[in-house]
Amino acid sequence: MKQKKSNVFILVMAISAMLVIAPIIGASSVMAASTYKIGGIFDSTGPASFLGDPEKKTMEMMVEQINAAGGIDGQKVEAVIYDSEGDPAKAVSAVNKLLHKDNVLAIIGPSTTPTTLAIVNFVEKAKVPLISCAAGIEITSPIKPWVFKTAQSDLLAVAAIYKTMQARNIKKIGIITVANAFGESGKKQLIGQAKDFGITVVQQESFGPNDTDTTAQLTKIKSASPDAIVCWGTNPGPAVVAKNVKQLKIDIPLYQSHGVASPKFIELAGDAANGIILPTGKILVTKLLDASDVQKKILEKYEADYKAKFNINVSGFGGYSYDAMVMLANAIKGSGGDKEKIRTALEATKKYMGVTGEFNFSATDHNGLTPDAFVMVEIKDGTWKLLSK
Amino acid sequence: MQEIIQYLFSGITTGSIYAVIAVGLSMLYSSTELINFSHGEFVMLGAMGIVTIWVHLALPLPLAFVLTVAAVAFMGMLFERLAIRTAKKHQPITLVIITVGASILLRGVAMIIWGKDPFSVPPFSSHDSIEIAGAALVPQSLFIVVAAFILAGAIHLFFKQTLTGKAMVACAVNKKAAWLSGIPSETMGVLAFIISTGTGAAAGIFIAPITMSSYDMGTMLGLKGFCAAMIGGLGSLWGAFAGGILLGVLESLGAGLISSGLKDAIAFILLLLILYICPGGLFSAKISKRF
Repeated sequence: MKQKKSNVFILVMAISAMLVIAPIIGASSVMAASTYKIGGIFDSTGPASFLGDPEKKTMEMMVEQINAAGGIDGQKVEAVIYDSEGDPAKAVSAVNKLLHKDNVLAIIGPSTTPTTLAIVNFVEKAKVPLISCAAGIEITSPIKPWVFKTAQSDLLAVAAIYKTMQARNIKKIGIITVANAFGESGKKQLIGQAKDFGITVVQQESFGPNDTDTTAQLTKIKSASPDAIVCWGTNPGPAVVAKNVKQLKIDIPLYQSHGVASPKFIELAGDAANGIILPTGKILVTKLLDASDVQKKILEKYEADYKAKFNINVSGFGGYSYDAMVMLANAIKGSGGDKEKIRTALEATKKYMGVTGEFNFSATDHNGLTPDAFVMVEIKDGTWKLLSK
Repeated sequence: MQEIIQYLFSGITTGSIYAVIAVGLSMLYSSTELINFSHGEFVMLGAMGIVTIWVHLALPLPLAFVLTVAAVAFMGMLFERLAIRTAKKHQPITLVIITVGASILLRGVAMIIWGKDPFSVPPFSSHDSIEIAGAALVPQSLFIVVAAFILAGAIHLFFKQTLTGKAMVACAVNKKAAWLSGIPSETMGVLAFIISTGTGAAAGIFIAPITMSSYDMGTMLGLKGFCAAMIGGLGSLWGAFAGGILLGVLESLGAGLISSGLKDAIAFILLLLILYICPGGLFSAKISKRF
């Protein structure tokens, strides 16, 4: 009997001890969850650093702003950012670290199409939302439930260029594209959409990303006598093309892609940049926008914040991670950290007016932009001029 | 016809870029029997140096040229003293790998110093492109072709006419015998590096207005220069020169007449063919191995 009593006593002691300790354990697990961890993979060094570097800086700035405003639902946000150096293999190792070691809620990036495509299967399998900052249409077509992107697709850029050409009665074009994923995707869109706008591609050429001379290709295009030339690439190649066009005295309009929509291009191409027409996100021409443009205020604020924090001028590409971060923060709100809820909320994002344009995600559109996300500009005397629509 | 001339012009322009780089590589090989895979990076340093000294500091071009070449040659000397000489006892393959490592290091340092964006360098003369038979020729191309000729010619004279040049060749042929006849082989080695990296810098300065300068420009240029030197036959100066022009013209004709997508492939297939038919390169088939 006595034996039994002491057993009960021990039991009571054990239960009460657990009751005392439990809240502490519980509290500490709440403490651990009190930050929302968000992953970032950007090509902040290497050949695509002109994309990755401003994207990374923007994400850091946004996280700081969100935390300064009290975080999301009272929880602080923590960014874990890795550099993929433009290398798909490095992107894969970064995504594995984010998924398995850092256990992030969602991932923003990577910056380029090849690095994004390399990690898509991993996030799909782990069921973690990914918002890519890359342009390639293959990222969101066909639709993958967990993959979104904020950069305008090439599809839209080509449509914007062709619309302008149509208005200017240009029927025959020669194209010269860079021999990498960006150029190939552009070439596919240029050839694929030409018919819809009554345009024929009479000559197609390519150049290497580090080529120092493209006169041979341009001579060939010239002999096919097109009405205009479209060049698709990222710096410095298109600047070489622009210079060569002037040197060969080819007297037809040169169109470039949004890949060179930065002041750097004007600096590189110098006088040869004059008269070049290209599509760009609105951020490049914020000052020229109409005061009635709803995007103008958002752009001005982003520009001012970025300049204040990093003391360098904003680049057109950082906006991709700005929009990704804002939409993600909105989606996390009220989700309690549930990834499925975040994904559903992202997909339901409607009429979000961001730096890049107005986003309307749906179950069939994970890019959510229209050609209106681009404006057409002409380079005149070393600066941008808006083309009237 | 007009197109063919244009292809030749652009081929000769790119070709002489490869040629000046190949000449520097070949010169180092013929005096130290070492292939410097960081040569392209010294070319990049030359191009970046001219950006800083001429474009940013706005010093007069001749002064900027001399300063840049001197600074890069000094770096070449440091490279020889610190990295190559300390490992001199090892197999040649070790030294070659050291140069590969140096190229990665130099590229990284340049990225930190100058950033990742490319820089534009204005052409040396503001003349319009010259029109010959309906084909356009950029004045800067002429600068490059002339520079390549002068560099190769000067090195040629140095090796054939001066005692120091001959001593340098002697060191490469047989170091011990050269030492026995009183030639300081270490001085010769460092001198070879200084001259080679100096010519590399000069090449970088001349090509910068056409190629633009960026921290990662050296790799591809170094590789193409190496190909050119191989085509011509390593160790032969004029072979390297001709190899460079040939590679450039083949690339340009390949791009123009066949397909620009296959441009590099055409050039490299021809390189393989040439090396298959005469393994020593086009211009040094006579001697396969000295001593």
